[in-house]
Amino acid sequence: MALLEIRSLSKVYQRDSQAIPVFEDIDLDIDTGEFLVLMGPSGSGKTTLLNLIAGLDEPTTGTITVGGEEVTAMSRRQLAAWRSDHVGFIFQLYNLLPVLTAYQNVELPLLLTHLSKKERREHVMTALEVVGLSDRADHFPRQLSGGQEQRVAIGRAIVSDPTLILADEPTGDLDAKSADEILTLMQRLNREFSKTILLVTHDQRAAERGEAIMHLDKGVLTR
Amino acid sequence: MKIPLIYNIRSVRQRPVSTLTTALGMALVVLVFVAMMALSRGFRAALTGTGSTENVLVVRTGADSELVSGISRETAQILAGMPFVADGPDGRPLVSPEVYVLVSLDRPGVGEALVVARGMNPDVFQVRQNVEIVAGRMINPGTSEIIIGKSIVGRFANTQIGDVLSFGNRDWTVVGHFAAAGSAFESEIWGENEQFMPAFRGEVFQSVTFRMRDPAAFESVRQALADDPRLQVDAHREYDFYANQSYLLTQILNFAAVFIAGIMAIGAVFGAVNTMYAAVGARAPEIAVLLTLGFRPFSVLSSFLFEAVVIAFIGGILGCLFALPLNGIVTSTTNWVSMSEVAFAFRVTPDLLLRGVFFALLMGLIGGFFPARRAARQPVVQAARQV
Ligand SMILES: Nc1ncnc2c1ncn2[C@@H]1O[C@H](COP(=O)(O)OP(=O)(O)OP(=O)(O)O)[C@@H](O)[C@H]1O
Ligand SMILES: [Mg+2]
Repeated sequence: MALLEIRSLSKVYQRDSQAIPVFEDIDLDIDTGEFLVLMGPSGSGKTTLLNLIAGLDEPTTGTITVGGEEVTAMSRRQLAAWRSDHVGFIFQLYNLLPVLTAYQNVELPLLLTHLSKKERREHVMTALEVVGLSDRADHFPRQLSGGQEQRVAIGRAIVSDPTLILADEPTGDLDAKSADEILTLMQRLNREFSKTILLVTHDQRAAERGEAIMHLDKGVLTR
Repeated sequence: MKIPLIYNIRSVRQRPVSTLTTALGMALVVLVFVAMMALSRGFRAALTGTGSTENVLVVRTGADSELVSGISRETAQILAGMPFVADGPDGRPLVSPEVYVLVSLDRPGVGEALVVARGMNPDVFQVRQNVEIVAGRMINPGTSEIIIGKSIVGRFANTQIGDVLSFGNRDWTVVGHFAAAGSAFESEIWGENEQFMPAFRGEVFQSVTFRMRDPAAFESVRQALADDPRLQVDAHREYDFYANQSYLLTQILNFAAVFIAGIMAIGAVFGAVNTMYAAVGARAPEIAVLLTLGFRPFSVLSSFLFEAVVIAFIGGILGCLFALPLNGIVTSTTNWVSMSEVAFAFRVTPDLLLRGVFFALLMGLIGGFFPARRAARQPVVQAARQV
């Protein structure tokens, strides 16, 4: 059985009594350890799909199952708990809390677990080491470069060892060199740590780092 | 509360100007509240410190002030002979028959004000043990000498030692100043009762105060005096008698403190509401991240509520710091029961400061609630949508 199973998923936004269909009847399977890339024109619904998978938004119809648990059947409260256990999110804008240090930003997801302070420390330091920022633990986001900030965000996404990493244009705001570093890092997460990754990107070069590319256009998903 | 507190503390520090303005608004409210309560406390303390619980103050039946009372020499004599009156070391009863009149004195720059002139005999210092001479000396019996309570020394003209004060168509020489533990006695002028009688109301005392042999037996003393067919008097515990005089004004001051501070608090709360709405608005992406990471809306609510409380706490502490210097400042007001001027000091006590801080925290909680709720209700999808 696939890690992620999407069945006849539709999303229709309602804006002032006007229905805006984004996509209809999407089916998708992702296996454990896959590194999938999702491409598509602006407005095609890529972010919407990621949000649905992460349980941040509700589908109009259809089901999403991750690791045997039906995400689309959960309450908001269950979703919050599920998300903290299973999903690591990486955004285009790094979305670090500016008043917290790199260490504290990475630690945030662990505050929702039962880990002791000492255990948290071990996890955070490991995550920072993986993203190559052990020496920047006490720096604030504004003291870091864009690429470093995004690496902290990746550290935050992997620190709780999630089942699934969802990345929405993580390199969209970075220069070519930093973008390359981020992509190499994600590739490593996939190969070395067997992380399952769904990467949304506009960039063809970024897309080539994945194992397979899907396209979402006019509501149709092709693999 | 899973979102680290440091997040809010640092965020508050991040915008010092808006934090400080909001906190100052609250500080002002706390200042007014603490100041007015300190005024009320000070007035009450002056009057509760006046009477002793071991003394009985006797006035004519129905008199709620010494001013409207009259006690004959004969009655005073009978009272002194009662078995429940304590004896002094010399074996004589500890009784102070007193004359009580109001005299009009000149307060430079203010005008005339009424001051209590109390005629007593030298035994008074044994009956009232909180009174002591702090400068000069005690009066000599049979002379026109007076001593002045230390609160009114300097507030009225001719109150220094050696000065001569005119009232009751006579001249009186100031020979000493006395203290009475901050009580209302310190706002009085004391002379000999035998001298004050002919100068004012003739052969009559206004009150008799005596020390009880057994302070616990007040009820039976009161009953015995009420039942005595020779007497038409009311007996009060001296402490209660003076404390009750503070009741009305204290109540009014307390009410005014809450009322005025309450109205000002509305303004301060709106300040907090604005600041917090601005903070929530500016940090929408951060809130969305927290929600995306799996923090519950309730945690977000508590977090922003805590932030409002942090600001309020700063305001509360500032307000207390502003109020502290008031402590001990002497002011005066008219005692509405005795109609005389009573000087007293602001009393800024620790429990009052604590209340001021709590008042501030309450403003913070109220002002922070709706903004915090907006933060908690923010749709999570905004995280990925990059507002
Ligand atoms: N909350 C919303 N209400 C109404 N319409 C929405 C909402 N969110 C997104 N949409 C619409 O849904 C469609 C898909 O949006 P989405 O953000 O998923 O696209 P996208 O593929 O991520 O685009 P981009 O590449 O620009 O990020 C767009 O037409 C968008 O306007
Ligand atoms: Mg998008």
